[in-house]
Amino acid sequence: MEIYFFYMFAGGMILTSLLMITRANVIHAALLLVLTFFFLAGVFVLAGAEFLAAVQILLYAGGIMVLYLFSIMLMNVEVAVRMRQWHRQGVVVLVAAVLLGLEIWAVLGEVEFGAPKQWEWSLGATPGNVEALGAVLYTKFLFPFEVASILLLASMIGAIVLAKRTIER
Amino acid sequence: MIPMTHFLVLGAVLFLIGAMGVLMRRNAIIILLSIELMLNAVNVTFVGFSRHLADMTGQVFAIFVITVAACEAAVGLAILIALNRDRTMVNVDEINLLKW
Amino acid sequence: MDMALEVAVAAIKIFIVVNVVQLVVAYMIYVERKVIAHAQLRLGPMRVGWHGLLQPIADGLKLFFKEDIIPDKADRVVFVLAPVMVLVPALVVYAVLPFSATFYITQINIGLFFVLAISSLGVFGVVMAGWASNSKYSLLGALRSAAQMLSYEIFLGFSVIGPLMLAGSLNLQEIVHAQRDVWFVFYQPLAFIVFFVAALAETNRVPFDLPEAETELVAGFHTEYSGMKFAFFFLAEYASMMVISTIGIVLFFGGWEGPDFIPLPGFVWYCLKLGAFMFVFIWLRATLPRYRYDQLMRVGWKFMFPLVMLNIFLTGFLKYLFL
Repeated sequence: MEIYFFYMFAGGMILTSLLMITRANVIHAALLLVLTFFFLAGVFVLAGAEFLAAVQILLYAGGIMVLYLFSIMLMNVEVAVRMRQWHRQGVVVLVAAVLLGLEIWAVLGEVEFGAPKQWEWSLGATPGNVEALGAVLYTKFLFPFEVASILLLASMIGAIVLAKRTIER
Repeated sequence: MIPMTHFLVLGAVLFLIGAMGVLMRRNAIIILLSIELMLNAVNVTFVGFSRHLADMTGQVFAIFVITVAACEAAVGLAILIALNRDRTMVNVDEINLLKW
Repeated sequence: MDMALEVAVAAIKIFIVVNVVQLVVAYMIYVERKVIAHAQLRLGPMRVGWHGLLQPIADGLKLFFKEDIIPDKADRVVFVLAPVMVLVPALVVYAVLPFSATFYITQINIGLFFVLAISSLGVFGVVMAGWASNSKYSLLGALRSAAQMLSYEIFLGFSVIGPLMLAGSLNLQEIVHAQRDVWFVFYQPLAFIVFFVAALAETNRVPFDLPEAETELVAGFHTEYSGMKFAFFFLAEYASMMVISTIGIVLFFGGWEGPDFIPLPGFVWYCLKLGAFMFVFIWLRATLPRYRYDQLMRVGWKFMFPLVMLNIFLTGFLKYLFL
């Protein structure tokens, strides 16, 4: 049962992401990426990371992608639709990507992972994923957590300085 | 039960698609979107290992990756807006004023 | 066999909830027209049925048979998808809302977070509609709504943290159980103020209806829509008003539980509280003028954001001292 859902989500992700990188219209690409993130949230739920799935939708789809759409609408992107879309080195990249993909496939085929370990809780139970994640995040990873907040602050200042119009006084 | 290999293959394929998008497209916004896709491919691998080892560390790292992605989106879009204000350009190979 | 039965029960529940929601929404539009009319010393709809009671059905029929226009220069796929993208998140959220102690479709351990995540997707439909219409007014409405909903989602998210700290769970049922003695609105007045203002902004209601401001943007993001697609936007707006009111009731007003000395079933209490919330929404629309765009942003970031941060800090501090 689970495996079919996984194939559905994985297939959807690969399809939408392939469509995403081939669109000429930027808004279409952004909307397709949102769809990819939905499928990704489904994969996260199947992997027992339901909190992360909600974070994926709330932050990525509902936050970052709306920011993208907002910025795209502020920019003048209609001209780019009629221009050449691909770099000249595209063919080389394609060949390299296919080769790398085959290599990963070959390597993964030889590795034996064995049966996964079990969580101490079942999916969707109340003392479960959220509590476990919080317990780890705010004890063992407290210092990286604070560093991440400083990173956010720095990028916020950077974004404001870069995007702000210089005012002549 | 989903085998671990499936997560790794999915992550690898998405990462490759993202990398192809970054290297093949001229449009700067699509390149940023492809970078988001690559970051998410990494998340698939993290969460897959978190599932396999029954260890929360992978999910914590996925949260940090999302944080970094948010920072990257904000700064990247700010750069694009600044570029777009001075001169209408969205293609990365036209941004070559520093080239000597 | 067990699973088939479970799926069947869930499907029946979903069918009931979705249909009841649509019917209630239709009559909420009627109630809104009536309340606003009486606030302005008018009578409102009177002709169709007793005191205009059949007006929603007439309106629905009219919208159903109207010609469905897609503008020539519109992006057809996105234009058609946009109303769906507005309505579906608003309805999906009902899957986890508790209507009474026993009547709910499902409950999950990330309940409240799920609600926030899914309802944050409504903005996509608005932005898609505004962009795909290929009209200046629609695009302005979409830009405004993107900035507004993105900002106020942050305050909405932070304002629920106070009650969550007191309840110690994201499960909506358990949050209600935690308020058996005292409603959280008495412990968390600051959080409730911020929550309510953010809820108004998230649902695009007056005084924050800038995305559709009819006096300046014709109708904002849905200027170009007609027929059933337009009806979808209407349905979604009222459905998400009910969602956000239910969240407010669950977080601050004890959900379906009422005072012990008035023995009423849980569902009746829920409906009474929902009605009160809805009335306040409509009342505000009849009373307040619209905010200007810069005022909206200033109120949000310079007043509500510090307030909600202060609330989280105070809640944590007091909880550490006394509990």
